[in-house]
Amino acid sequence: MPEDVQVHRELDLKGEVCPYTFVKSKLVLEMMEPGQVLRVIVDYPPATSNVPRSMESEGHKVLAVGAAGEGAWEILVRKKD
Amino acid sequence: MFPFSEEEIVRYSRHIILQEVGGVGQRKLKDARVLVVGAGGLGSPAAFYLAAAGIGTLGIVDDDVVDLSNLQRQILHRTEDVGKPKVDSAHRALTALNPGVRVVTYRERLSAANVMDLIRDYDVIVDGVDNFSTRYLLNDACVMAGKPLVDAGILRWDGMLMTIRPGEGPCYRCVFPEPPPAGVIPSCQEAGVIGAIAGVMGTLQALEAIKLILGVGETLSGRLLLFDALEGRFRQVNAAQDPDCPVCGDHPTITELIEYDLACELPETGAAAGPTERKNPS
Repeated sequence: MPEDVQVHRELDLKGEVCPYTFVKSKLVLEMMEPGQVLRVIVDYPPATSNVPRSMESEGHKVLAVGAAGEGAWEILVRKKD
Repeated sequence: MFPFSEEEIVRYSRHIILQEVGGVGQRKLKDARVLVVGAGGLGSPAAFYLAAAGIGTLGIVDDDVVDLSNLQRQILHRTEDVGKPKVDSAHRALTALNPGVRVVTYRERLSAANVMDLIRDYDVIVDGVDNFSTRYLLNDACVMAGKPLVDAGILRWDGMLMTIRPGEGPCYRCVFPEPPPAGVIPSCQEAGVIGAIAGVMGTLQALEAIKLILGVGETLSGRLLLFDALEGRFRQVNAAQDPDCPVCGDHPTITELIEYDLACELPETGAAAGPTERKNPS
């Protein structure tokens, strides 16, 4: 996780599969302010490419995708302005 | 944590994924109230898709009972519903599809006496009526009440649709000022109608209503969409608001609701091509 990024909200989606990983991330991001950062934790490998791709297609910025412990990954998304 | 239940998230996931809908749009659909007038050929697919979409409150107006000859196109009803009120079979079908929708039924015939009360609490009105008298009544009432109306008609292999946004585009009378004389346009009973055209046009009505609620895309306001199913062709005719329109023009002459007495020659379904007297199709 990039050191200088302030995370405003975390969403643990371990156990969720696509497309609900994106659907739930989107629902939470909609409730956040523009420019804020959401950290999503997933353990479903396809979500590490699907969620970032869908987020970018909606105009949000994916800051990082990386490992987050055993069998889990984090996706950092900054909500578009 | 989420603004929807787990069940709703799964049920509406394909909506929420869409950029133009999302959770924000799905909430608009849930908060919306749509009145479908007529539980027949057009009203069936329109109401089905609106219920499936999660419209919060769906009103259904119809005073008729199910006839065996309806079932070729009126897909809300089943064979075992023959003889039962259409609003009852509509209620059953829509609630079975989506128990999250509040279905309100009115077993009444639309009239000058009840139309204003019926439309008052609704955001969008869908016209699935089967005769010109009611069609004009609904147009006039929606113009007077400022309610968006999604109008459609079918006959034989033809369908037409226009969305009426009072004050922002033409109303039905801007294009067709008066109903055709009784008997000029045959009814579906006389002329026949291919069942699936009701599905096409009624489904388009549901789409128009959904777009109006979401505030996305371009509605068919100011454009008549004509569909010729035999040729497999859609056509559109532009229409402008008529300053001389008797109901929405600058000096309206119709200021009270009218019920036309079109005798027993009432067409069973609004004619696809509309009345014979056409005005300002450009």
